[in-house]
Amino acid sequence: MPEPITVTVNGTSLAVPGGATVAVAIVLAGAACRKSVTGETRGPLCGMGICYECRAVINGQLHCRSCQIICQPGMEVRTDE
Amino acid sequence: MSGLAYDVVVVGAGIVGAACAEECARQGLRVAIIDRDVIGGGATAAGMGHIVVMDDSEAQFALTRYSQQLWQQLRQELPADVEYEPCGTIWVATDEEEMAEVRRKQNYYAQRGVPTEVLDPQTLERLEPNLRKGMAGGLLVPEDVVLYPPCAARFLIERAQGAGAKLHLGSSVSQIGNGLVRLADGTEFSAAAIINAAGAWASALNPGVNVKKRKGHLAITDRYPGFIRHQLVELGYLKSAHSTSADSVAFNVQPRKTGQILVGSSRQYGAEHGEVDTGVLTRMLQRAQEYMPRLAELSTIRVWTGFRAATPDKLPLIGPCLGDPALFLATGHEGLGITTSLATARLLVDQIAGRNPAIPIEPYLPSRVPAEHAYA
Repeated sequence: MPEPITVTVNGTSLAVPGGATVAVAIVLAGAACRKSVTGETRGPLCGMGICYECRAVINGQLHCRSCQIICQPGMEVRTDE
Repeated sequence: MSGLAYDVVVVGAGIVGAACAEECARQGLRVAIIDRDVIGGGATAAGMGHIVVMDDSEAQFALTRYSQQLWQQLRQELPADVEYEPCGTIWVATDEEEMAEVRRKQNYYAQRGVPTEVLDPQTLERLEPNLRKGMAGGLLVPEDVVLYPPCAARFLIERAQGAGAKLHLGSSVSQIGNGLVRLADGTEFSAAAIINAAGAWASALNPGVNVKKRKGHLAITDRYPGFIRHQLVELGYLKSAHSTSADSVAFNVQPRKTGQILVGSSRQYGAEHGEVDTGVLTRMLQRAQEYMPRLAELSTIRVWTGFRAATPDKLPLIGPCLGDPALFLATGHEGLGITTSLATARLLVDQIAGRNPAIPIEPYLPSRVPAEHAYA
């Protein structure tokens, strides 16, 4: 098991395995990735950067594909905006 | 007469044809609207939806201002999906030469009753913090508006239908003139007046009509609410839009109500095909990033092209066609068709119905420009 690292998802600290994608951290936090225009919750579907359903706000940057980004220590992830 | 006899047949269900049909139907005329495709599927869908007062010429100012006021009067009746947003335009100046143009423009608008505000660099930075630092300033034109043109066209068509107009979609027109419109499937419509509102394709229906395709590219981003707050246009735009030959690009970005950002613009003559030209697209996006470096961080989700209907003198053709007094043109609006559609409809129906126009119509009459000789 790689060394765990700590990230923040919607303000709550969370330890994830090193090498995990942000999408994994969001799932571990029990959150959905984003809301659709009509308010439906969405989560990772393809897992390979094609479907854009896993978008989240990472370090303030909107619309990041969380399945394509590896967690870094101290990363701040938001799914509630 | 057959059941397909009308007072007016409008060819083209873009924003201009839609406005003409609505204006005719409101006058109690029996109207048919024909389009080979869908409502607002041409330049209406491809363009930005900027209701903007322009001052390239007195005639252009008169038409854009008159039409903007007609949009303002219509505002309360527009459904939400038209996304009418009076966000204003900021003309962005990069240097003192362009600030001189800001002051000239402000003076011109002030003399004609259009409110504006000259912005110093600090105010500009506060209003639009994502612009590059070190701009010379700008001119805010607060009454300019952004809207979503395809839904505006559909709204106008529905109003026309509510007043009795008939809509025929998916029908290609093969021939118009002499009181007759013939479709490719052989159907014929007779009409006291025919309006050719086919945009960049008007000259395919009436060879000799002097409009040329002027291709444009646009890109749209994902949703970034608040990234920009006004339609932002470089003052250098005037230099590129005025050029009548060379390909050109200009910084021109628009906030959509969804939080998306439309990024333009490009202008090309002689490009007949609709595919994306990566060289032009790259130049367009680089120009946008020179003004707004953080655009590079945003996710672009679509790029497309469209064709403006351009005339030699940058003014539309509104009025009877030479040689056929029952055939009227409403085309040649170039990049201003959304803005000038409502005024076009008024001025055209003024001519058909014998009403007095609110502004002089002579600058827009087709007879002012020599007809283009059809290729042998």
